[in-house]
Amino acid sequence: MTSVSVRDLSLNFGAITVLDRLNLDINHGEFLVLLGSSGCGKSTLLNCIAGLLDVSEGQIFIKDRNVTWEEPKDRGIGMVFQSYALYPQMSVEKNLSFGLRVAKVPQAEIDKRVARAAEILQIQPLLKRKPAELSGGQRQRVAIGRALVRDVDVFLFDEPLSNLDAKLRSELRVEIKRLHQSLKNTMIYVTHDQIEALTLADRIAVMKSGVIQQLADPMTIYNAPENLFVAGFIGSPSMNFFRGEVAAKDGRSVVQVDGVAFDVTAYPARAKLQPGQKVVLGFRPEHVKVDETGAGDAAHQAVVDIEEPMGADNLLWLTFAGQSMSVRIAGQRRYKPGSAVRLSFDMGVASIFDAASENRL
Amino acid sequence: MLNLVANNSTVTEHEAVPDRITSGPRGAKPRRTLSRRNIVVYGTLIVVALYYLLPLYVMIMTSLKGMPEIRVGNIFAPPVEITFEPWVKAWAQACTGLNCDGLSRGFWNSVRITVPSTIISIAVASINGYALANWRFKGADLFFTILIVGAFIPYQVMIYPIVIVLREMGVYGTLTGLIIVHTIFGMPILTLLFRNYFAGLPEELFKAARVDGAGFWTIYFKIMLPMSLPIFVVAMILQVTGIWNDFLFGVVFTRPEYYPMTVQLNNIVNSVQGVKEYNVNMAATLLTGLVPLTIYFISGRLFVRGIAAGAVKG
Repeated sequence: MTSVSVRDLSLNFGAITVLDRLNLDINHGEFLVLLGSSGCGKSTLLNCIAGLLDVSEGQIFIKDRNVTWEEPKDRGIGMVFQSYALYPQMSVEKNLSFGLRVAKVPQAEIDKRVARAAEILQIQPLLKRKPAELSGGQRQRVAIGRALVRDVDVFLFDEPLSNLDAKLRSELRVEIKRLHQSLKNTMIYVTHDQIEALTLADRIAVMKSGVIQQLADPMTIYNAPENLFVAGFIGSPSMNFFRGEVAAKDGRSVVQVDGVAFDVTAYPARAKLQPGQKVVLGFRPEHVKVDETGAGDAAHQAVVDIEEPMGADNLLWLTFAGQSMSVRIAGQRRYKPGSAVRLSFDMGVASIFDAASENRL
Repeated sequence: MLNLVANNSTVTEHEAVPDRITSGPRGAKPRRTLSRRNIVVYGTLIVVALYYLLPLYVMIMTSLKGMPEIRVGNIFAPPVEITFEPWVKAWAQACTGLNCDGLSRGFWNSVRITVPSTIISIAVASINGYALANWRFKGADLFFTILIVGAFIPYQVMIYPIVIVLREMGVYGTLTGLIIVHTIFGMPILTLLFRNYFAGLPEELFKAARVDGAGFWTIYFKIMLPMSLPIFVVAMILQVTGIWNDFLFGVVFTRPEYYPMTVQLNNIVNSVQGVKEYNVNMAATLLTGLVPLTIYFISGRLFVRGIAAGAVKG
């Protein structure tokens, strides 16, 4: 059973198309993250699902009910905003119960639900305070609580952690994940932060210009990006790309990049690579091995430019095949700038894209 | 040799240092009260303040004098014998046209005009502004443009058409008619004021309320109103002073028995029969100006805060 289903959704502001015939099915209890840079339409899509924006075309189903023309309150959703959007003149308790009071829920039931939400989020001591007297993290908790008391099927998060500092953000991230595990509600979460996306999501939808580029679980998104955009967007530092041409050599398939040959016979290609085909090779920084001598391919010689020790690991910036690339190695392995190293590449986890269509091969 | 000289000089300098620490400037820089800058700044301020306060002083003094004392001609001199007779006369006995019951009638007329006009215009304009800022209905921009253009059309152009409209409605010459006129003419500027204020409030607050199930009126009364006290004070000050001080509409759209205070004041001051009673005229003028003055004194600080809030948030 799908919890939220978006069918052929389009949204135009005048001549500008923000969403173009978008389809998305979200399973019951799933945590879906909409990921993309600003202006990609992810927040717009969320607002459409919430009913805060009227769609131009298409349908939205929540719990198999067509809610395309329904008011936000009738859709069974709760929403958490980036700026918390707490009502400043009301106490935390009144903030939590506002929706219930509007819906004329009996007072006893209101008290029960507020108490439950306050307990789950551990904000009981704050109930009598005004939002101005709360810290950023506490405010965001109250904002989540406001969705919680309404007993909704679907939670919508619009960049809920972007206004918090780094430490608080990672704390609340864990709490949201814990909340999802205990509530088992469907959650749709918009963010531009790939760490949030990778850590929280059951599935990630990477968006660009109103189109979903790839919809898959975090590991697939990370390891087998569907196209060049997804590959470049996910991962920090970014994937290393090499433009080259496929050639056949001694019965093996190789990619020639600026005079360096990569043996790609081991690459699990979807279709056979054709000689002469222009491709882009992609390697994540941690998927490249560095050796001083011996084991590495003699042809894959690189020079260390800069070393960025990060504690747990060490990031090397190398010059290889006429361009700069990054390699992640263990933290205790140190290299002086200028030293020569040999690289070996694991084709099993590499990515190869068609240079023209930019799609994965 | 050269090196040695350099060394010597450093030594002497080093010895001089403790002296300089004890004798040199230390702590806050002293400021002279009578610096040239202060004289210019405060001098200008005092002159300007006197320029504005002097007429008020003359008016208050004159209003407290009897006619014989005024005829002596020294307008700056304080009254020898303080009398409140002119104030009483201005309030209760001064003649305006046909009746001689003073400004009191005009005062109550003005109250009966100002209070409903202010309340109705602010109520309507705040809802207008709220709808324009938050519920972007079809044609909202066009509606807003028309309203703003309305603010730039000179009043004089519209007087005659409005007279006809009011006559056809059967309210020409009544207080109701004047209240309608004041409400309509306050609409463009007040709507602009409220729209900009509401547009400056976080949009997510409005969205959150909608998700919570609140409708048009619930959001307006429960969310928007409690957050908007400063702008309501600003609107109230604008309307009360504007309507209280209005002369043109009061003359044109009402009959003599409904004349507002300003019109009555004019009739008292400009009456040509008999002796010019300067003390009564001054007292009447002060009485008329008292209401806006009080409003400014009470809410001046709130006014500035409201204007500033609007300015910062756009």
